[in-house]
Amino acid sequence: MEGEPATTPTPVEIPGNIDPVRRAALAKVAELSGENVYECMQCGTCSAVCPMVDSMNFTTRQGIHYLQFGMVEKVIDARIGEYCASCHTCQVRCPRGIEVPKIFEAVRLLSLRMNEDLITLSEIPKETLEGAPQIAMVSAFRKLTA
Amino acid sequence: MRIAYYPGCTMKTRAASLELAAVEALNVLGVEFTELERWNCCGAVFSLAEDDLIHHVAPVRNLVRAQQEGCDTVVTICSQCYNTLARANLLVRGDQEKLETINRFMDEEPDYEGGIEVIHYLTLLRDHVGWDALKAKVVRPLDGLKVAPFYGCTLLRPDEVSIDPLHEGVLEQFLLALGAEPVAHSAATECCGSYQMLAHPEEGMQRAAKVIGSANHAGAEALVLSCPLCEYNLGTRQSDVVAMGGELKPVPTLYFTQLLGIALGLEPDLYRLDLAGPEARDLLVEKNFVAAATV
Repeated sequence: MEGEPATTPTPVEIPGNIDPVRRAALAKVAELSGENVYECMQCGTCSAVCPMVDSMNFTTRQGIHYLQFGMVEKVIDARIGEYCASCHTCQVRCPRGIEVPKIFEAVRLLSLRMNEDLITLSEIPKETLEGAPQIAMVSAFRKLTA
Repeated sequence: MRIAYYPGCTMKTRAASLELAAVEALNVLGVEFTELERWNCCGAVFSLAEDDLIHHVAPVRNLVRAQQEGCDTVVTICSQCYNTLARANLLVRGDQEKLETINRFMDEEPDYEGGIEVIHYLTLLRDHVGWDALKAKVVRPLDGLKVAPFYGCTLLRPDEVSIDPLHEGVLEQFLLALGAEPVAHSAATECCGSYQMLAHPEEGMQRAAKVIGSANHAGAEALVLSCPLCEYNLGTRQSDVVAMGGELKPVPTLYFTQLLGIALGLEPDLYRLDLAGPEARDLLVEKNFVAAATV
């Protein structure tokens, strides 16, 4: 059977000076994303091409930098995962081949899997829902509700 | 090659204007295909988490349906369905363990064997029909129609499922075959705002404004789309976007398959201009591509 090679995540070596709570959160991001944040060299290309970066509380590059220090909670608070629309522009431009959307999907899932919705469905206007195609609703609910 | 056509949810409801002409065009172009008798929602977005196999069940189950009907190729018209099905296919083809887990979960279905190719309708036209053969079937060339092609995200990213990996301009080639004039614009491959139009409307509108502004700047008379979600953001919501102010001017939006239907001389009830905005209808009547009485 032909196909793409399996994506075997490289085990992420987390520096020993990161405290245990943050180590656990960062290990979870690595497990969910299959990506190694320490491969990022902080060039900022992902932030330069991100269509949603202006809405985030800091840039995707900064988000990965905070993750490198285990500061997962700061990245959740910055709402990067919430605003990332998985357009994959950062991924195709990343000179290190990092699948950046997977990292922020993992961060988003840390909230969703704590049963925390990132949008309130009742706040979406009725006329918006009536006019929107199914794929808009399925996508938004899949990405942003627990 | 035995082709199964996978429609997807939106195609059968809000996006009839994307589907109907495309299906009939395959008959005109002599492409044999069968529409899948049973199918389900593809899930709309490809799940990116390593441990989230359950969301790959829906797309893989559709591939099983094609396999059951003796097909080796699945073609989609909706960009998002294409992306979700193609990526799920690559995932399970490349990861035997995940494929086996999904197959065991779907214990009432035959196992998916990994033998299906997922392609987009534009790929089918390019690689299996050919632009020259398409051009030969055009009865009403769209001469002088300046169209801004809009790819959005899901036809092109990530690279492994791009329908245009060498950036040869598949939509541009398609438009040229119909006699139209594709115009280059800087936002052709940008995000239209996607589902954020529902979740974070302000940001969604900003994205749509970028695309509309880019089409304006390029002097496009129309913006051509391949995705019902792009259509919602750039077409259905365009009046809201333009009303935000700035220098934006309305630009008619059309699905690429509506232009295909017109150029091939199909019946108007197949390209459904009644579902397009009034600007699009006016433009096509003014250009004499369709008769006023039919729209």
